[in-house]
Amino acid sequence: MKPLTRNQMAWRAAQDVEDGTVVNLGIGIPVLVSDYLPEGRDVFFQSENGVIGVGPAATPEQEDPDLVDAGSRRITLRPGATIVDSAASFAMIRGGHIDVTILGAFEVASNGDLANWDMRIPNKGPLVGGAMDLAVGAKAVRVIMEHNTRKGEPRLLDACRLPVTALECVKRIYTDIAVIDVEATGFVVREIVEGLSPDELRARTEAELSIPQDVGVLRAPDLG
Amino acid sequence: MAIDKRVASAAEALDGIEDGATVLISGFGGAGFPNIMIRALRDRDLKGLTLVVNSATHPFSYTHELIEAGQVQKVICSAARGRGKEPSPFEKLWMDGKIELECLPQGTFAERIRAGGAGIPAFYTPVGFGTDLAAGKEVRRFGDVDCVLETAITGDLALIRGDVADRYGNVIFRHAQANFGPAMATAARITVAEVRETQAEPIAPERVQLSGVYVNRAVAVGDAR
Repeated sequence: MKPLTRNQMAWRAAQDVEDGTVVNLGIGIPVLVSDYLPEGRDVFFQSENGVIGVGPAATPEQEDPDLVDAGSRRITLRPGATIVDSAASFAMIRGGHIDVTILGAFEVASNGDLANWDMRIPNKGPLVGGAMDLAVGAKAVRVIMEHNTRKGEPRLLDACRLPVTALECVKRIYTDIAVIDVEATGFVVREIVEGLSPDELRARTEAELSIPQDVGVLRAPDLG
Repeated sequence: MAIDKRVASAAEALDGIEDGATVLISGFGGAGFPNIMIRALRDRDLKGLTLVVNSATHPFSYTHELIEAGQVQKVICSAARGRGKEPSPFEKLWMDGKIELECLPQGTFAERIRAGGAGIPAFYTPVGFGTDLAAGKEVRRFGDVDCVLETAITGDLALIRGDVADRYGNVIFRHAQANFGPAMATAARITVAEVRETQAEPIAPERVQLSGVYVNRAVAVGDAR
């Protein structure tokens, strides 16, 4: 069994980004999704600081300190891009005009509760940024995260242990070993990485998993 | 008298700002920080300021200099975590109980400021419902959506950064420089636009991104950031 790398997780999430949509990518692994968009899909990436139509990261020659995304990366713009102010950007987010947001997370509960803003790090202040606005406002919330913590603890839980970002909002989760949907009945597994059995996946998950007979195989190309 | 909002220096632009002022400061991710004005505010050596600023710890903003100098009593922000292993100046004071913090979802932060400038005393939003950040706030259900009551933010001074301002205070921004600036400009008694350059001739009306109605003083600082 070979778990997916960070880039492969982003690649897998990118396959589900539909043509013609407006998508907001969280910082960390989610921002890599834009690198793996399948050919022919025309997508606008929205950044919470008001950029609609984020293009590739700027080369050193293109860098402009006034042109950044939500992760403070220096970026370029795609054709058709617009820039609005922060209040308008969050009105767009809260108003349901973003089709999909793909976010990082610490924990997801089987009812779709999301915890991704406060790790309770000792001696560090809180940082919420736009996480709560996106989780509530986007039409669909998808999450990319490692299936377990570095210590091997589960992240797919019956109920979140960390402070929640928003309630019942997550629809799909891409981990390094599975793709899982949140349905009314709880977690439903859609794909499992090659060489991992359903029982092994269950052993690494706290919450109950529904695994259909025809569950798919989670595969990604070798991305180096 | 013909209107001319251009002032000669950053210090002059802060005329009338006193101890205990609530100061709104724009900027996000390195774009739109009015750093020359922030330094001028620090040099004014005021006490008991409340800062309304998206990040209390961004390394490219000089906000931390006001905090480090002990001039700040309270910060209202969406990000209060330093990037380094060592605590930031804000985090040190906050852990010692020497500075008050109100942490908000970023969109609620922006909308509270917008509401402040638009004459809306409070509004309900679904964002934050059921989270620690809504603790103690009034809640109400509209249809099947649970919401939190959030109140408007206004201030004594807004410091924003733009590219060009004309004598009437009309402002143009570059790229993502605008961020919180336009909303903050509407919500403060005095708004100072720090810009690359000012000009006597009016900016073409359709190019104006922030009306001079909201800008009291404009200071040209060149390319300095």
